[in-house]
Amino acid sequence: MSDLLNPTLGNAPYDVMRVRQDFPILTRLVHEKKGRAGKPLVYLDNGASAQKPRAVIDAMSHLLENDYANVHRGVHFLSQRSTDLYEATRDKVARFLNAPSRENIVFTRNATEAFNLLANSWGGRFLKAGDAVVISWMEHHANIVPWQLLRDRIGINIKVVPVLDDGSLDMAAYEAMLTPEVKLVSITHASNVLGTVNPAARIARLAHAKGILVAFDGSQAAVHQPVDVQAIDADFYVFTGHKLYGPTGIGVLYGRKELLDKMPPWQGGGDMISTVSFENTTYREAPYRFEAGTPAIVEGIGLGAAIDYVSALGMSAIQAHEQRLLAYATHRLSEIEGLRIIGTAPDKAAIISFTMDGIHPHDIGTLLDRGGVAVRVGRHCAEPLMDRFGVGATARASFGLYNTEAEVDALVDAVQACKAFFG
Amino acid sequence: MFDDLRDLYQEVILDHGKHPRNFGKPAAFNRTARGDNPMCGDKIAIYLTVGADGTIQDLHFDGRGCAISQASASLMTEILRGKSMKEAEALFGYFHDMCTKDEDEQGDHGTLDEDATDKLAVLSGVREFPMRVKCATLAWHTMNAALHGEATTSTENASF
Ligand SMILES: Cc1ncc(COP(=O)(O)O)c(C=O)c1O
Repeated sequence: MSDLLNPTLGNAPYDVMRVRQDFPILTRLVHEKKGRAGKPLVYLDNGASAQKPRAVIDAMSHLLENDYANVHRGVHFLSQRSTDLYEATRDKVARFLNAPSRENIVFTRNATEAFNLLANSWGGRFLKAGDAVVISWMEHHANIVPWQLLRDRIGINIKVVPVLDDGSLDMAAYEAMLTPEVKLVSITHASNVLGTVNPAARIARLAHAKGILVAFDGSQAAVHQPVDVQAIDADFYVFTGHKLYGPTGIGVLYGRKELLDKMPPWQGGGDMISTVSFENTTYREAPYRFEAGTPAIVEGIGLGAAIDYVSALGMSAIQAHEQRLLAYATHRLSEIEGLRIIGTAPDKAAIISFTMDGIHPHDIGTLLDRGGVAVRVGRHCAEPLMDRFGVGATARASFGLYNTEAEVDALVDAVQACKAFFG
Repeated sequence: MFDDLRDLYQEVILDHGKHPRNFGKPAAFNRTARGDNPMCGDKIAIYLTVGADGTIQDLHFDGRGCAISQASASLMTEILRGKSMKEAEALFGYFHDMCTKDEDEQGDHGTLDEDATDKLAVLSGVREFPMRVKCATLAWHTMNAALHGEATTSTENASF
């Protein structure tokens, strides 16, 4: 796995203070104003989007200053340069996910587009009225709405696996749901609200035993822990670049080759065709058939740099660091009277959603922000889950590879001050 | 830590936020609308009793939301009781401008009840918090929808 490829840092202790120096934005102050000193930024909104290391910023500006041209079409020097750099990211993603080949990797705009591709191309071709797709109660809207659009178009059914009170997936209910009309299970690997890491390998095994395919939303999982799509036996796996310390505008759909090969294009245009005539157009092989038009060249190369960066640190080392933060933050926040953590499953990524008695999450967000602490408040694009836990919204602290215990303390102090303010 | 937040969360707001007035669905009403702020999950319902002469004889609200949205709704129910529809609309225009525009850009909304505008002034702090303007105006948008016989409104469709 990627960690083993790390000769220099693999065995060194994780030095978070050194890691922080790689992220220029982390030194800035927020809320500076005339006559008011700024507050150090405590960035705990990594679940929404992560900050970018210098290596990613440099890779993109270096490209634009030195190597930029359109990809896949020019014979000239720069086009070849850009193509090589861009396509190198496909290899990096394949290694990052332990995919068998670069041809398993389809570039998309983000996770949302990957699910729309899956629903339109695979779903549009292989599902018919009466078939069912199993999702879960803890899905992001990105893995709900594309299936609903397909349902409205061709009449599939959507079955929803419930979530237990601690935020775990109800595996007994899941197993019972795998009936003959189910053709696909599409479930998040880790919840962006609860933090729950779902047992992906077991989910896949149970589905495969019934001949059902499995897609995972790795938008949150892939940034917090090593992912091996072959070990979990995923048929499809999705993630989004900007949460993995890469740029916006680039995401990934991993698919097993024999599945991708059978899937029709979903958008048409340049780059995805072999030959075009007005009578008959033939399409390129997967994955290129799913990549119509000029791709996100700069962002794709930025994602490659992000993967290099996290791989050099080691995803296992990042996971270990974040798990320490999660344990510490859970412990400290639990001590605050009137604070309720939503999502206490045994296997969690470093994400903590919480509510406070008598204080609306929106007010918590504004107050924490004034203390320099950036958290997300609201429904987190997971409205059904909010209803499940009987909350209109939550505040969410989501940790990244550069966060520190001192920042957990800053969060706790700000929460305490918030309580006093509204007390 | 939060000294300058006192501009946003004035005592009156904290008080109304914690103890909202005219809260709960009344036994009788003749116009109602629901309002939704999908960004933060705030939901509110406004219940109006409008007389034959167009006077707002009674109004109540329920729902859940942040301190700003609850306080704004609560203050609104106090302010609008006994006002004509025309006055209610003018106050809405005034309040909307107050929350979104600098003082010198605010429109002319005619002569308004000074008691009402004084009360509303406690919410003027939201102007400095663009992300919170929708919290303050949700109740008013919903009230306006109810006045005009629309069943629902969403802050995502309103222009702020
Ligand atoms: C679990 C999960 N899935 C999907 C997404 C959507 O990501 P994007 O908006 O980049 O498509 C997110 C991010 O918000 C997420 O947390």
